[in-house]
Amino acid sequence: MATTTQPQTGAKPATSLTNEEILRYSRHLIMPEVGMEGQLKLKNAKVLLIGTGGLGAPLGLYLAAAGVGRLGLVDFDVVDFTNLQRQVTFGTSDVGKFKSEAARERLSNLNPNIQIDAFETKLTSDNALELFKDFDIIVDGTDNFPTRYLVNDACILLGKPNVYGSIFRFEGQATVFGMPEGPCYRCLYPEPPPPGLVPSCAEGGVLGVLPGIVGSIQAMETIKLILGRGESLVGRLLLFDALGMKFRELKLRKNPRCPMCGEHRTINKLIDYYEFCGVRGEEAPGSDVQVPEITPRQLKSRLDRGDDLFILDVREPHEFQICNLKGHLIPLGELPRRVHELDSSREIVAHCRSGKRSAEAVDFLRKAGFRKILNLKGGILAWSDEVDPSVPKY
Amino acid sequence: MSVKVMIPTPLRVYAGKRDSAEFSAATVGEALSGLTSQFAELRKHLYTEDGKLRAFVNVYLNDEDIRYLAKENTPTKDGDTISIIPSIAGGSAETPIDF
Repeated sequence: MATTTQPQTGAKPATSLTNEEILRYSRHLIMPEVGMEGQLKLKNAKVLLIGTGGLGAPLGLYLAAAGVGRLGLVDFDVVDFTNLQRQVTFGTSDVGKFKSEAARERLSNLNPNIQIDAFETKLTSDNALELFKDFDIIVDGTDNFPTRYLVNDACILLGKPNVYGSIFRFEGQATVFGMPEGPCYRCLYPEPPPPGLVPSCAEGGVLGVLPGIVGSIQAMETIKLILGRGESLVGRLLLFDALGMKFRELKLRKNPRCPMCGEHRTINKLIDYYEFCGVRGEEAPGSDVQVPEITPRQLKSRLDRGDDLFILDVREPHEFQICNLKGHLIPLGELPRRVHELDSSREIVAHCRSGKRSAEAVDFLRKAGFRKILNLKGGILAWSDEVDPSVPKY
Repeated sequence: MSVKVMIPTPLRVYAGKRDSAEFSAATVGEALSGLTSQFAELRKHLYTEDGKLRAFVNVYLNDEDIRYLAKENTPTKDGDTISIIPSIAGGSAETPIDF
């Protein structure tokens, strides 16, 4: 399953550094907090990164550069153009490659002295324990709730630290879970939010530097755990507000009644985390709304024919600025109070970026009594693919 | 007594895009009720239909989790900060939920 970059570290711990390594790590070696002893600890350390995306980029780069002897990279995704804005491990020529493999190439170029295992696989309840067992520290750089609970539970079952970081738009969180004396992810978040109550796409996006900062904090915590130096984030949740440029911290307590790490554990094996989080696979909430649709080609031919169609764009104003179909803009969230702007006697075609928000808009308007309303299937993305490639996709 | 409530990014859309709001309140519960009266849309994100704080909503008074204090009855004093800490899962934003 894994593609490995040599050299393989042997079963025996390393007890010395080569002259090349001594020169390479000299700025560590001259610090008493690291020194030869610390650098050998780094060389003998085995760290598994879950995700090689935004958080995984600085994590991989700094841990490889620091000389962590074995790095595992778990990612099933391929590099896409929209990743390059923040996933600084990758270059433009990596677009289309498997992330774990592209990251392995980049990191082994950065430091050929370390062993890097690329696991091109999705982390699941079936493979997590097997993947984790050979590593000392697990670093969670994933982007969804089911995997976060899975990483947590597998770490607790195996007794391994879980260096946690997460981001949302311009806000980040970091801590260390899974230490015997400290709390676990379930102590902080006993239940995941239901899919309907998570922020919508209108609130998506992330400032590219943010995962760089939070991932770097995770890398620092990982190195501190390996060195056994400093004060770890165990028991503290670090909150970072990039816009206000403020760091705050909250106390995290171990919940004695935690079903995972508490005195009486009730979860003794990995479960179905998609079911636990109320989501199936990659399916987004709201995508099951069934509404009447029109395809981009049908819309184009009806517009060309001169049919009287009212185009309703339910995206956000900043998305309208990227590209638009000259529609009337009412963001989905404002629709209920701006419904009077619409004429129910005219035929309306609603659209958004991908067709999901506009499906909700059509559903809402039908319930409000609109009868002549259609959803543009696939949204602007499909319009760009099927009708007008000059409209940019984002 | 003035208490500041910090509104996390994911919930700002339901709070007129504000990042914080101040209320005169003697307990954490009073401050949160001030918040949800001012921003009604926030209520369903913080409370269940029978009026209990949702299990995935973490509320802190200064740096302490109110679960380990007196929960919503925890008394507040002038200048205290209440933080609502949301679960965020993002690592990279490549799959914005719902997009």
